Amino acid sequence: MSKSPEQEHPIKAFGWAARDSSGVLSPFQFSRRATGDEDVKFKVLYCGVCHSDLHCVKNEWGISNYPLLPGHEVAGEVTEVGSKVTKFKVGDRVGVGCIVGGCHSCENCNNDLENYCPQSVQTYNSIHFDGTMTYGGYSDIMVAHQRYIVRMPENMPLDAGAPLLCAGITVYSPLKYYGLCNPGMHLGVVGLGGLGHVAVKFGKAFGMKVTVISTSPNKKQEAIERLGADAFLVSVDQEQMQAATGTMDGIIDTVSAEHALAPLIGLVKTHGKIVCVGAPEIPPQLPVFPLLMGRKMVGGSLIGGMKETQEMIDFAAKHGITADIEVIPMDYINTAMDRLVKADVKYRFVIDIANSLTQA
Amino acid sequence: MSKSPEEEHPRKAFGWAARDSSGVLSPFKFSRRATGDEDVTFKVLYCGICHSDLHCIKNEWGISTYPLLPGHEIVGVVTEVGSKVKKYKVGDKVGVGCLVGACHSCDNCTNDLENYCPKSIQTYNSINIDGTKTYGGYSDLMVANERYIVRMPENMPLEGGAPLLCAGITVYSPMKYYGLCSPGMHLGVVGLGGLGHVAVKFGKALGMKITVISTSIGKKQEALERLGADAFLVSRDQQQMQAATGTMDGIIDTVSAEHPLLPLMVLLKSNGKLVMVGAPERPLQLPVFPLLMGRKLVAGSCIGGMKETQEMIDFAAKHNITADIELIPVDYLNTAMERLVKADVKYRFVLDVGKTMTPA
Repeated sequence: MSKSPEQEHPIKAFGWAARDSSGVLSPFQFSRRATGDEDVKFKVLYCGVCHSDLHCVKNEWGISNYPLLPGHEVAGEVTEVGSKVTKFKVGDRVGVGCIVGGCHSCENCNNDLENYCPQSVQTYNSIHFDGTMTYGGYSDIMVAHQRYIVRMPENMPLDAGAPLLCAGITVYSPLKYYGLCNPGMHLGVVGLGGLGHVAVKFGKAFGMKVTVISTSPNKKQEAIERLGADAFLVSVDQEQMQAATGTMDGIIDTVSAEHALAPLIGLVKTHGKIVCVGAPEIPPQLPVFPLLMGRKMVGGSLIGGMKETQEMIDFAAKHGITADIEVIPMDYINTAMDRLVKADVKYRFVIDIANSLTQA
Repeated sequence: MSKSPEEEHPRKAFGWAARDSSGVLSPFKFSRRATGDEDVTFKVLYCGICHSDLHCIKNEWGISTYPLLPGHEIVGVVTEVGSKVKKYKVGDKVGVGCLVGACHSCDNCTNDLENYCPKSIQTYNSINIDGTKTYGGYSDLMVANERYIVRMPENMPLEGGAPLLCAGITVYSPMKYYGLCSPGMHLGVVGLGGLGHVAVKFGKALGMKITVISTSIGKKQEALERLGADAFLVSRDQQQMQAATGTMDGIIDTVSAEHPLLPLMVLLKSNGKLVMVGAPERPLQLPVFPLLMGRKLVAGSCIGGMKETQEMIDFAAKHNITADIELIPVDYLNTAMERLVKADVKYRFVLDVGKTMTPA
């Protein structure tokens, strides 16, 4: 007979979880494993609210197991380290992103690409090697293998740095992999949300010209004046889009709502690259002629490996980059989720776990 | 009043052209320009019949102007060179592929990628800088700027080498650009026609494992025994396709008939690349999830630049690679086109221009 979440591990833990696909989150008592030789345990101070959390609590991808405790932008302070842990010590500021385990022996793992390991274990809604469910960062403590712990730099505020652990790496990894990171290049960013706004900041830090492509003209001022984008295209405005034909070296497409690819293919130069980091449910139409005529490509990317996650965090700290956030108490989470459905946030909610996650 | 094809240039020429979108080819008198300072004139001995020739004479892409004289896999012997030509002399064996001109000043031209120049001039059905139409290689004489002349190596049979000038470079260029050219890699080739059979030969010469993916089981024995492919997948056979999941580093897709992309994407390993060199008329569905989950990409490619075309020809000569051809007399041309519609050729028709193209 399998044990209940409260009993399966020795360390008491507390968080908020969804119980069913209504997605409503509520207090949840569970337990964490004891700190293993290579584990790092930390007190959670903040956790970002990623749109994936929303997809999952509502079982929109059909793979959710309940109770589902989300959160994969988790930041806090180390309270205990295992005997074989050398990189971290008690008191260190650390974070955990989307993955907490991998096989460590496949080609991807050997190339520091744990995110593409076929046996990768996600921070929540996944099965650990010990057969137990993983629970995420909307909780008071986290225990993870040191390989999946990221050092949060001293000069980086933990609350605004937390979202980089998913949103940040999700755009940083493809910008590097697809070579869209050189000074003077022109990058398009589709969608100005959690991912998009970080892509703009990284793009500017790389010395690129950044054009935001969005359906909402009312985001223009913000994009240009506050985020530093160089230009703003309203995607439904044919004239604007036409004028920008063949001007971009690449485009990061962060939008998961259904939208057309053809106009984006027109925006990139020859040899241009469109990188999808949002996944629309319905496959978009791909006109093949323009791909051939311009030797263009459409690629995908999913978060990033641990080595590059640390690299990204250090890069962000060096350039003073954090996410733009709205800090919320734990009990605001259901309202926050409702607002997130309408993309009503600039640009990430972050749960103030330490100050508001309290047992009933 | 513009001059007729026979009068617009000083030198008499003869070929076979289509007069309308029925695509029927018949004898056609026209003229070629005098050999300019940087031009090379050659007597045409052979010309390959590319599927694009068929698309064009029937105006399937809607861009054909008549009379249309196709042929862009042209080989022969130099009869005259302009005063500034240093690389070629009378008697040299040379060829011309799909391009005869470009701007020579844009980024692409400067990088030896004349094929992506927005002002590139195609060997036929294009407009020359002097305003006259270009006529292709189903003719007795060719004149082209030396930049677009390819040296045909001594040890390469001209008739078997001609198709490489389009089919060869069309698969060679993306294999190099997308890095699908290293020993030990596993390459899938979709479609076993003019392009596909050359891709198999190049792939084997590069030390790769080659799997042919085809709808026709009838092609299997040929593919394995004669062309040297390592494996053959019948794309409609779900079990075979399933068993090959995640095994390929890349796929060259030569098929222009409409077909689904998802089964091909599934065949790719993570970081795998699907390169389209055939262009279906209508847009295809692009399933984005698999792109993200495996950091895969779908890309296009269109022929190649002149420098890499020469490199490809030299590579083929070094490895004794030529196309598998069926040599035909000129008066078989229309029958050959009908057979080409049914893909009834192993694997390229080549016109014996030298021996059979005579004015009426």
